[in-house]
Amino acid sequence: MTPVLEVADLRTHFLTRAGVVKAVDGVSFALGRGEILGLVGESGSGKTVTGFSLIGLVDPPGRIVGGSIRLEGRELVGLSQPELRRIRGREIAMIFQDPIATLNPLLTIGQQMEMALRAHQRVSPRAAAARSAQLLEQVGIPSAAERLRAYPHQFSGGMRQRVAIAIALLHQPRVIIADEPTTALDVSIQAQILHRMRALARETGTAMVWISHDLAVVSSLASRLLVMYAGRLVEEGPTAEVLRHPRHPYTAGLIASLPAMAPPGAPLRQIPGSTPSLMSLPPGCPFRPRCARASAACAQMPPLARAGARAWACHRPEEA
Amino acid sequence: MLGFVIQRFLQAVLVMVAMSVIVFAGVHAVGNPVDIVIPPDATQDIREEAIRRLGLDRPLWEQYLIFAGNLLEGDFGRSFVYNVPVLELIAGRLPATLELVLISVISATILGVALGVYAGYRPEGWLARTIMAVSVLGFSVPSFWVGLILILTFAVSLGWLPAGGRGETVEILGVPWSFVTLDGLAHIVLPAVNLALFKLAMMIRLARAGTREIMLTDTIKFARAAGIPEGTILRRHLLKLISIPIITVFGLELGSTLAFAVVTETIFSWPGVGKLIIDSIAVLDRPVMVAYLILVAFLFVSINFVIDLLFALIDPRIRARRTA
Repeated sequence: MTPVLEVADLRTHFLTRAGVVKAVDGVSFALGRGEILGLVGESGSGKTVTGFSLIGLVDPPGRIVGGSIRLEGRELVGLSQPELRRIRGREIAMIFQDPIATLNPLLTIGQQMEMALRAHQRVSPRAAAARSAQLLEQVGIPSAAERLRAYPHQFSGGMRQRVAIAIALLHQPRVIIADEPTTALDVSIQAQILHRMRALARETGTAMVWISHDLAVVSSLASRLLVMYAGRLVEEGPTAEVLRHPRHPYTAGLIASLPAMAPPGAPLRQIPGSTPSLMSLPPGCPFRPRCARASAACAQMPPLARAGARAWACHRPEEA
Repeated sequence: MLGFVIQRFLQAVLVMVAMSVIVFAGVHAVGNPVDIVIPPDATQDIREEAIRRLGLDRPLWEQYLIFAGNLLEGDFGRSFVYNVPVLELIAGRLPATLELVLISVISATILGVALGVYAGYRPEGWLARTIMAVSVLGFSVPSFWVGLILILTFAVSLGWLPAGGRGETVEILGVPWSFVTLDGLAHIVLPAVNLALFKLAMMIRLARAGTREIMLTDTIKFARAAGIPEGTILRRHLLKLISIPIITVFGLELGSTLAFAVVTETIFSWPGVGKLIIDSIAVLDRPVMVAYLILVAFLFVSINFVIDLLFALIDPRIRARRTA
């Protein structure tokens, strides 16, 4: 199976006055057709910047300083903004965390969907409305044709996120980047949306990069997991295997700190310390100061070791 | 929405009544017109006769009731000085102010929003920096000085444009207008530029601040992620999202400029209402002052009302709140 998206040694840095922030520093992965890939990490691990890098929307002073992003073999790094614009929304789409903030409160749902359609094809207003209504129905919005005339404030948060998903799906993109799209929603709505997204990915063959800090959400959805820490990938592998036998101590810590893993009444486990500042990373493994297994060897940056479908960046990995 | 309109209308009536009382009492407190209108060498009999004729011998509350009664019949009274109906006097001057102010405020808004959006969209560019530098000048240089410099440069030194007056006018619906003739337009240019400068600076700042804020929001990011062209994003998302503060300031500026374009009108001897009110204050022509100030209040109330309606037109959430 040829991957639809291939990322190699992606590096996105923010050149600020105070110094260079290496938000993404050498990330590589491949995404298969129709695959759902979970990208997990704490806040500040670089997962969101990775997502924006894929779609070519890194805010200045950040920029992609190296590496390659290939979409069906076509190199995206180095394309001009107009060229990227023609790809965005049509071949790669993105869904954001906060559905309240993403839709324009002053335009109707129909107007916003028509604008997104018109970005890539010439359509009559009537055809645009028909296509929009069809998409809204697909994401589970009842009486879609009437809802096109409604404004975002007339929708609940979950419904707005469905609208955003419908907009992302308008052109049947190859890849959707979902940046914590359910974090702002109630748990029951979350489950509905996850279920819907998985079904849609299956029906349309759209691949997905699902970015989240919530290992529980991702593991119910993604077939493969990438774990990021301080701008780097620290672990990769099939979801079930990674959850059962994490190799990187950081992944092990994340799994152990899931509430479901603790016996009832017992205090929750947590990883000591917090994510390091990306401005002043010490040499060697960035997780070393928080790691119980750290040794002298960890003063050297560990390479990503591969074994079958698994990969980890650790000198002293957990037992397989 | 209808309930909202009725409510606002009643509010407006209340404001107008309160304004008329305040204006009437305030103008009464400023000074006694008798001292100015009647020659100092007039006999006591002539003096008392004049006071009686003008109705100034009655108590203030009675004067107000007579005035208010006449007002309801559309009679604003007669000018002490010109001895013509005040309404006629003001109506004769209003078109000159109206065309000058509308031209300057509207062009300042259009140009200011365009420049401000650009400056907010590309804040690091040299053009944006130049625009902002100019806007600082527009804010800090006093208007009368700019007016004098404009006359000195374009009328005196270069001789390109006339220094004052309305130029050739054409009557439309019985009202003389300058903006329809080339000569009239040439006369409008300098005073309009003079009036517009401050407003231009303000609109630039307002549009720039709004643009910088909105361009960072998820709404814009999401639109970009959908591949919507930048031009469409600016036209359909940004302009709408920054329009509420701009319309607010536009209305306020329109009202205050219509009422108080005095400095510019004086410098360019533009025969508008601003000059009329200043002259009236100098000779304590009470009916003109009162009628003028009440008209100004009416103007502000109407403009605010229109702006409120525009808000509801732009923002569906405001619409929803008002029907609720």
